[in-house]
Amino acid sequence: MFGSKPSVLGGVHVKHNKYTENCESKRITLPETVTILMSQHIGASCVPTVKVGDEVTKGQVIGDTESFVAAPIHASVSGKVTKVDSVLTSSGAMVPAVMIASDGEDRVSPDLTPPVVTDRESFLAAVRASGLVGLGGAGFPTHVKLNPQPAIDTLVINGAECEPYITSDYRECMENAEDIFYGITAVQKYLEIPNVIIGIEGNKPAAIKKLSEMAKDYPGVRVLTLPALYPQGAEKVLIYSATKRVLPEGKLPADIGVIVMNVTSVGFLARYLKTGIPLVEKRITVDGGAIKEKGNIIVPIGTSIQYIAEAMGGFVGTPAKILMGGPMMGIALYQADTPLVKNNNAILFLNEKDLVVKETTNCIRCGKCIQACPFNLMPAALEGAYQAKNIDRLKALKVNLCMECGCCSYICPANRPLVESNHLGKLLLRNAGK
Amino acid sequence: MDNKLIVTGAPHVKSANTTQKIMLYVILALMPSLVAANIVFGFRSTVVVGVAVAACVAFEYLFKVITKQKQSISDLSAVVTGILFAYNLPVSAPIWLVILGSFIAIVVAKQLFGGLGKNFANPALVARLVLFVSFAAAMTHWPAPYYYKEVDMITTATPLLLLTKDPASLPSLMDMFLGVRGGCLGETSVLALLIGGAFLLWKKVISPIIPVTYIATVAVLLWIAGANVPYHVMGGGLFLGAIFMATDYVTTPSTKKGMFIFGLGCGILTVVIRLFGSYVEGVSFSIVLMNLLTPLIDQYTGTKPLGGGK
Repeated sequence: MFGSKPSVLGGVHVKHNKYTENCESKRITLPETVTILMSQHIGASCVPTVKVGDEVTKGQVIGDTESFVAAPIHASVSGKVTKVDSVLTSSGAMVPAVMIASDGEDRVSPDLTPPVVTDRESFLAAVRASGLVGLGGAGFPTHVKLNPQPAIDTLVINGAECEPYITSDYRECMENAEDIFYGITAVQKYLEIPNVIIGIEGNKPAAIKKLSEMAKDYPGVRVLTLPALYPQGAEKVLIYSATKRVLPEGKLPADIGVIVMNVTSVGFLARYLKTGIPLVEKRITVDGGAIKEKGNIIVPIGTSIQYIAEAMGGFVGTPAKILMGGPMMGIALYQADTPLVKNNNAILFLNEKDLVVKETTNCIRCGKCIQACPFNLMPAALEGAYQAKNIDRLKALKVNLCMECGCCSYICPANRPLVESNHLGKLLLRNAGK
Repeated sequence: MDNKLIVTGAPHVKSANTTQKIMLYVILALMPSLVAANIVFGFRSTVVVGVAVAACVAFEYLFKVITKQKQSISDLSAVVTGILFAYNLPVSAPIWLVILGSFIAIVVAKQLFGGLGKNFANPALVARLVLFVSFAAAMTHWPAPYYYKEVDMITTATPLLLLTKDPASLPSLMDMFLGVRGGCLGETSVLALLIGGAFLLWKKVISPIIPVTYIATVAVLLWIAGANVPYHVMGGGLFLGAIFMATDYVTTPSTKKGMFIFGLGCGILTVVIRLFGSYVEGVSFSIVLMNLLTPLIDQYTGTKPLGGGK
């Protein structure tokens, strides 16, 4: 009753709003310019390897670094470098960026050929060269994730797509299922992973059916129907659902024998291994009440959100919020003129009707936040500890385990800013050196 | 248009659940008991409840005006307090007593401690206990069921008193279940309280842990002590207390473990007071005592974070 292992970790039932699930991917007219950030991943920022005036082709490396935890950056259009400068990103950081004026020809670099992969080392080198980062949203360089020391027994493929509105991973399953299995097979082969579990939320029956049918031809690969309970796609939650293993504090999934990869990441990996064209474009879901045309589009990385909005018929009324990502964890942009990055999977143009505005009142200690937290944290108590700046208590209550999934803030009847206080509590803990 | 974009932290969508909605569900869940009270004790039940609600809301409104704080009556918690307080009164309670109790509940027990969410004990119960020890005669004057149909006021003893004094004149068990017996106006009908409790469980407003643990503990301990279990369990304010007062979020633990301890503690205290104390009823004292212990319970019943190390 109190301490037994639950079959599913906590979470919240959110409105799915998957309006675009049947919108096939399409391309929009190429933008005239792109702004490509040199930091599109967790880890070290890349250094531009081109200068103003250089002619570049699509797929050419324009930024790289010696650091291990990083992924190279490629030109997403062909054309001329017009500017190499720092720009302010959506998260408020100044990041170096390369601006390219497209020549409209979309010429692919002639020396791009499928990588020669023969063993684990050449495979990991190819993954790094592809520029792949976790496309589910985290943006962690994939070659780093695939290079663990301990033995891996299970590869978990994340097709949960638990965020409302977003359907770009679903479209990957429906349109590029062969690529997904090709990518899985490659990872399995070079990393010697016996078991593969593809986790998909139950609200996507067509994808479950399609991948389950195909999985019959791949021994060791099975599809797992996840409950449609946000946040099933969060790494630790998915690992629990797929393997019933609990990721201990401070450990990586590889430490418990698991690697998690997003479906679109393995799909892309397959296309890279076949063609040699690195990560230069991304499928994103465009939705929300404030945009005329909704759907899934494939866009060059570095395209301005403003341009995407115009290509999708422009705004309907005035957008109240523009989100990079889903409504549960996405970042609210302060301006539409922000470039698309690798790990974006949706741009949502929300109007006031799409947002639930609630008054913030006193905590009534209802305990809903505790029930909603997938990790059994006590968000209301954490808020109190943060307000008291009580570092020892923040530490005891494990604020550091919070992944900021948003369940507590979502469910709170008093609309307390619980995620915000956890975020700030984590900073407080980090700054105190604990 | 850029400068009009709203920039906040995630999540950008929120559930439709609000404090006001929760309170509204509790009010709805309390309505079957009001119907039962009107049948058993007449329309004066509605008058007592109406006065208590109006007084509670008015005191909260005035307190906020005088202390220059943001109004909070729209959260409906004062309405819930008013109803619960009235349910803990005999139907014959004088109107001035109802208003005085509402003042104690809202101003003394709730607002002086910081308003909703900050009160240390259930406001309605604090008010009841203050009146109970201060105005014992008025608070233990029990009009008999259907007295309003008679010419003269007929009074009765509550079943818990009859158990010790005059077991022969106890009402039938069916009357006990339906609420045709002497007692506080909102506590007598077990049936009506169960309907309300089922509604709250269905709407997930309350967890069954506290009511079930509380009632089961009382039943088991009384059974061990050789007492008359059905009359004891249905005779006092146990169902009203267990379903509607011991589940008040603010003054009870919010983890499952804490709720279990709270229910157990309430059960033990109730039985101890009833069997060994000088009062025949012990629900109000037990819940308020456990309210006071809630911060301590909270301290030892925190959840264990998943994967958390030392």
